[in-house]
Amino acid sequence: MKILVLISNVPDTTTKIRFTGDNKAFDTSGVQWIINPWDELALTRALEIKEAGGVESITVANVGTAATEPTLRKALAVGADDAIRIDAEPKDAFYVASQLAQIAKDYDLIMSGIESSDYNGAGVGGMLAAMLDIHSVSAVSGVSLENGAFTVQRDIDGGNQKVSVSAPLLVVVQKGIAKDPRIPAMRGIMMARKKPLNVIPAAAVEARTEFLGYEMPEAKAACKMVDEDNAKELIRLLHEEAKVL
Amino acid sequence: MSVLVYTENWEGKFKKLSYELASFASAIAKEMGSTVTALSIGHVADDELKSLGKYGVNKVLNVQDNRFESLDNKAVADAIAKAVASEGAKVVILAHNNEGKAFAPRLTVKLNAGLVTGVIGAPVSVEPFVVKKKVFTQKAFAKIQIKTDVKVLTFAQNSFDVVENQVDTVIEAFDPQIGDDEFTTKVNETNKITGKILLSDAEIVVSGGRGMKGPENWAGLEEMGDLLGAGMACSRPVSDDGWRPKEEHVGQTGKIIAPNLYFAFGISGAIQHVAGVSSSKFIVAVNKDPEAPIFEFADYGIVGDVFKVIPQFIEGIKEIKS
Repeated sequence: MKILVLISNVPDTTTKIRFTGDNKAFDTSGVQWIINPWDELALTRALEIKEAGGVESITVANVGTAATEPTLRKALAVGADDAIRIDAEPKDAFYVASQLAQIAKDYDLIMSGIESSDYNGAGVGGMLAAMLDIHSVSAVSGVSLENGAFTVQRDIDGGNQKVSVSAPLLVVVQKGIAKDPRIPAMRGIMMARKKPLNVIPAAAVEARTEFLGYEMPEAKAACKMVDEDNAKELIRLLHEEAKVL
Repeated sequence: MSVLVYTENWEGKFKKLSYELASFASAIAKEMGSTVTALSIGHVADDELKSLGKYGVNKVLNVQDNRFESLDNKAVADAIAKAVASEGAKVVILAHNNEGKAFAPRLTVKLNAGLVTGVIGAPVSVEPFVVKKKVFTQKAFAKIQIKTDVKVLTFAQNSFDVVENQVDTVIEAFDPQIGDDEFTTKVNETNKITGKILLSDAEIVVSGGRGMKGPENWAGLEEMGDLLGAGMACSRPVSDDGWRPKEEHVGQTGKIIAPNLYFAFGISGAIQHVAGVSSSKFIVAVNKDPEAPIFEFADYGIVGDVFKVIPQFIEGIKEIKS
């Protein structure tokens, strides 16, 4: 069995968000790049499934320019076997899914994070599954391989379900899929340098959406402070001033 | 040419979210000079389906087919695509929740459509079709144009007011003709959380962080939650340490919520936490550290001991409730 984990290269979650060029583009100066947190959890779970046996290899794939290679190397350092980078600047979810569809055909399990922490698109996984005409399960917080079929735990509104689906399958995963991401050890980092990272040219695809510009949220009014010994006053303000109680 | 809205139901009933979606669809249809068709899948009584007319839905396609109960992503997306085709819909709207996020991306591939997820508020314009959404996990807004003929949107809850706009509604039975072989998701077990307010539905949320000092100290927060009919939430360290169930974690990698009122007790307000709650209408923060970043985001605050403040809050709430 072969597993493919889709990796998005995103700004560190503590990044101060700024825009340049009349708010037309994200300002990448000084930004630290990381594996998208949900993709990192997907990879962690993939490694656990492999350790339990029956998995031949884990491939990680990313659509991005050469600048994203350190992120793929980190995925190799924690234990992925090989990496694929499709050489393109990602434009929108459809564009990215179309690029990935070139390389994603021969896997039994494809794992994708629920969304990327930058553009929060939540679209690539489902689109890729539809392009490959395979089944998908979304909002997944558990996946395991049992007797050749996948047992998947997913969130539904107001609860959760255990479902089974046969391969090939794409799961869109969220928190809970694995506990903590793994930190690469020195040995892993050394080995990662020798693992294959294949670069594939982009397919000619038109994006279907265009980001026209960005805005920052309006500055908030100062917080109204109430004394600790007079806390009931705050409840009165919520009731009479804010009118939310 | 119409606007099609997928209105999911919860055990045969619609919720505020369904009417919000209908109001949003109806506002778009008005600007485009078209009508609204709702698609309902599952057993919903005619009276309940008709209630959508109050929010501007002209027609309801009613699919009653038990096979869809498995929420097979492929089968449901294909069924929605069939409804879009039969109506000639140009704009398709789903909720930005578990179901919407599962079906919408698949749907765009079927329909050659462009997708924007997590849309907030009314469109900026319908010609060209431009919508707004939050990006960088609530830290900024983006304006995005969809360039395809058919557009698919998932709509963020609590970002559009429910507007009453009574129209006549016709209900039509609809059979999307999905073959048995398309349904491969087999449900083995369903666990419903009962007797609790769902975080995604809650108008008021009571949340605790590390400053609560331990899981044994949640009784006061739970009492507040009960009095207010509020949902319970927590910060990431609290769920990671198992003080509270992981379903309660709100923040960048947990749930993103937008209640009317959010109480943060003993939460410092790390940027990742704020990302999950910044769309709340009002934020109340109680923290012993006057420098805690949460006060930059809060509307009302108390610098002090949570254990002194909580009993006073409970007393205050009891007084206004009586």
